[in-house]
Amino acid sequence: MKDAKVIELDEVAIRFSGDSGDGMQLTGTLFSDATALLGNDISTFPDYPSEIRAPQGTVGGVSGFQVQFGQKQINTPGDYAHVLIAMNPAAVKANAKFMKPGGTIIYDSDAFNEKNLNKANFKTDDPFAECNLDDYFKIPVPISSLTKEGLKDFGLDNKSVLRSKNMFALGLVCWMFNRPLDYIEEFIKNKFAKKPVVVESNVKVLHDGYNYGMNMQHMTPSYLVNPANIEKGTYRNINGNHATAWGLLAAAEKSGLELFLGSYPITPATDILSALSERKDLGVKTFQAEDEIAGITSAIGASFAGDLAVTTTSGPGLALKSEAIGLAVMAELPLVIVNVQRGGPSTGLPTKTEQSDLMQALYGRNGESPVVVLAASTPSDCFWYAFKAAKIALERMVPVLLLTDGFLGNGSEPWRIPKMSELPSITPRVAKDAGSFQAYKRDSENLAREWAFPGMAGFEHRIGGLEKNETGTVSHDPDNHQKNTEIREEKVERVVDMVPDLETCGDDEGDVLVVAWGGTYGHMISTVRELRKEGKNVSLAHFNYIKPLPKNTADVFSKFKKIIVCELNLGQFASYLRDKMPQFEYHQYNKVKGLPFTVNELKQSVYKLLED
Amino acid sequence: MTDLKYTIKDFKSENEVRWCPGCGDYAIMNAVQRTMAGMGIPREKFAVISGIGCSSRFPYYMSTFGFHTIHGRAAAVASGVKAANPDLSVWVITGDGDAMAIGGNHFIHLIRRNMDLNLVLFNNRIYGLTKGQYSPTSDRGVKTKTSPFGTVEDPFVPGQLVIGARGTFFARSIDSNIKLSQEVFDGAAKHKGTSVVEVLQNCVIFNNGIHNAITDPNHRADRQLILEHGKPMLFGEENEKGIIFEKGKLKVAKVGENGVTTDDVLVHDANEPDPTIHMALINMQLPDFPVAFGVIRSVSAPVYDVEMAAQIKTVQQTRKIKNVDELLNSGNTWEVTTENGSTGKDCPKFEFK
Repeated sequence: MKDAKVIELDEVAIRFSGDSGDGMQLTGTLFSDATALLGNDISTFPDYPSEIRAPQGTVGGVSGFQVQFGQKQINTPGDYAHVLIAMNPAAVKANAKFMKPGGTIIYDSDAFNEKNLNKANFKTDDPFAECNLDDYFKIPVPISSLTKEGLKDFGLDNKSVLRSKNMFALGLVCWMFNRPLDYIEEFIKNKFAKKPVVVESNVKVLHDGYNYGMNMQHMTPSYLVNPANIEKGTYRNINGNHATAWGLLAAAEKSGLELFLGSYPITPATDILSALSERKDLGVKTFQAEDEIAGITSAIGASFAGDLAVTTTSGPGLALKSEAIGLAVMAELPLVIVNVQRGGPSTGLPTKTEQSDLMQALYGRNGESPVVVLAASTPSDCFWYAFKAAKIALERMVPVLLLTDGFLGNGSEPWRIPKMSELPSITPRVAKDAGSFQAYKRDSENLAREWAFPGMAGFEHRIGGLEKNETGTVSHDPDNHQKNTEIREEKVERVVDMVPDLETCGDDEGDVLVVAWGGTYGHMISTVRELRKEGKNVSLAHFNYIKPLPKNTADVFSKFKKIIVCELNLGQFASYLRDKMPQFEYHQYNKVKGLPFTVNELKQSVYKLLED
Repeated sequence: MTDLKYTIKDFKSENEVRWCPGCGDYAIMNAVQRTMAGMGIPREKFAVISGIGCSSRFPYYMSTFGFHTIHGRAAAVASGVKAANPDLSVWVITGDGDAMAIGGNHFIHLIRRNMDLNLVLFNNRIYGLTKGQYSPTSDRGVKTKTSPFGTVEDPFVPGQLVIGARGTFFARSIDSNIKLSQEVFDGAAKHKGTSVVEVLQNCVIFNNGIHNAITDPNHRADRQLILEHGKPMLFGEENEKGIIFEKGKLKVAKVGENGVTTDDVLVHDANEPDPTIHMALINMQLPDFPVAFGVIRSVSAPVYDVEMAAQIKTVQQTRKIKNVDELLNSGNTWEVTTENGSTGKDCPKFEFK
């Protein structure tokens, strides 16, 4: 029985934080999964350095994982954490700014020694005072020594013992939030099936942590967060990169094609490559290429030969693929290009999120080189937009560029699992009549050419990067080039008939329309909901279709007094909208810190606009 | 499949061939077309993939499926074609600029993977299409438009890269020797794995006569060693000269002189896995040695596209997940059975509902 110190909350955000070698990502993931299984809605945010092992104990090496869960709809991982688990002083320093006033800090008191305080550049022996965390509820727990004590009979070396201390923290947090341990135990048993001693020691420490919380309940608060009210169905947890991979698999199955992925590992997109590499059971061909260029060009080859072809990358990789995207535009082959955006330019902030590749996606190629551009908005809807990208590519013979980002790719949320029968059909434009086939003969409505691949007798033809006439013969004729350039653009514009109308969240007209696109959805919808609760006349228009834009876009915009475009760059979507619809005035709120928006800062920007 | 009766005409397209009059490319294409006609493979199963350069116009002049891609990337595009459909006979047409410079990375990795492709490398040791700049196979000191005072760099020897990348098949031919080209193309087509054929090609405009020292009819017998598997490495007007192995090196010797007999002359073994002798043959150059032609190396090794397909088949034999529905429902899932007003992400309405 727990004593009276139970805090009941609608939602709570927890941040696990330690050295990048402390296993905080795993700890956070296991806690999130266990929480989702209990029926809470969740949203997660892994925040880690790009170095695999930055110098131990330094602020630069701090790896964090934040999860927010609750009994209502959760759209963001939370601006601030209610509870911080800090494995060392550096974790306190790195995360002080992410703490909710009055929150709880649980820390490994063994790690708060002079050496570690120095490494984290604290000047005194009171790190909490230095970080202005005096008013917080602090719970020192000797995690390292309790872990050592618990494992003293296991005959393990010191290093192996200390590797389990994350399990102690996890057990303790599970007690505080009333999570059963069975899921986590099961995970440990499966992961280390071949190393029984590792299973036993980790499970022991996990229980030690849980029991410690129970025994020390006089000083450890416990929280009650009831399951969320969500739509009926079967649920699972999914992150954006897995959802993207699975959406592509769904498209392959629906279209009856084999799936080919040509890709080169790059943070934070690599997980799509590994998720699809696991799916040999579903016949996926994954080709880890020698570079980004071979990633896309092998995919173009596979598309020429009749596969659903995909390449996945992040910003710098997209830059390397530019010329090849132009080839796919010219050859008019179906191709899906996924860009999991990260902080740029150049190597930039590899592990951090940003939306600064929009212009690159739209225009970053030589010549007039239009492609369809989509953007996913939550981790789970990466599934749908990857599926939709493939559908558009195959039905319209056009490259489609899907933008996700590090926040979506690594973040996870519960997802009601769709049935394949619920998804729309995909009909690739495979040529049928050899007699009338011409390489660049087009559908009069949607302007797509037909797809004929090697092995189809009677359809032998040549394509390539040079400008062609309708029969597929190389042509330098000036009028032909003008005509084809316009056709390629118009073909992309006509994809608008596959794009649903833009829907506003809130009212159809009013004072302020907040405009955003892609991975910021969770923060945007939370912001607009909170503002509306406060009685503000504010609505949201969130874009998933960038090129072409939904056909009612100007209509929607025209009903609002003010428009503010919020994005994680210096205003790329705002510039694009100004170009496409110059009749409106666009205010901007921009952030390029490698971090997601906070609901608080977004609200401030709207307040300011309402006052002006 | 052997009852397919093709002639060379069946592989010519209606497009006008626009190489310069006298260009070596005509003869190479002729040999490729003759080879394809004799392979007993239906025409629609050929795919000819090229990069950029004079030679890369090749697909337009063929009646097969063809893809004229971008500079340097033909090997990577062709790898995707073959992975998508291993049933195809895929040919990569490339040049010394396309394959050795901008496409060098794809070239070595293609060979390392041993994808079952046939790569024909037209080596004229110059950039032709951009009108006469030195290439990665141009000799040190050569004066061109971009090296008016001579280059200060050494060339690649394509065969060395093939061996260095663990190549399983390497052959060399000359544009003007259609018979030899056809023989080595035939060998390349039959080989399972990446077959690289370097063809010494003459650019009549920008590098005319670059290979003359080797091809000159008056000296041909002394300057060319046409290798045949299982045959002694003899050359010269009367086959009076041979390659012997002495003190760890190849050496030219006259049979009958200094006690050298025909038994001392090396017998060509293209199938020997150890590449030492193959590398030495590739390195032979004038004036001390004749230049080696024919199939220099042909060894068997696992083939990428075959392995890729086999791995999928093996995994599928014991698979637990047979379709996407099963995948989506695998692992940890949970049921929500009561619906009480509040729904999921409700705005904007999700598109596919």
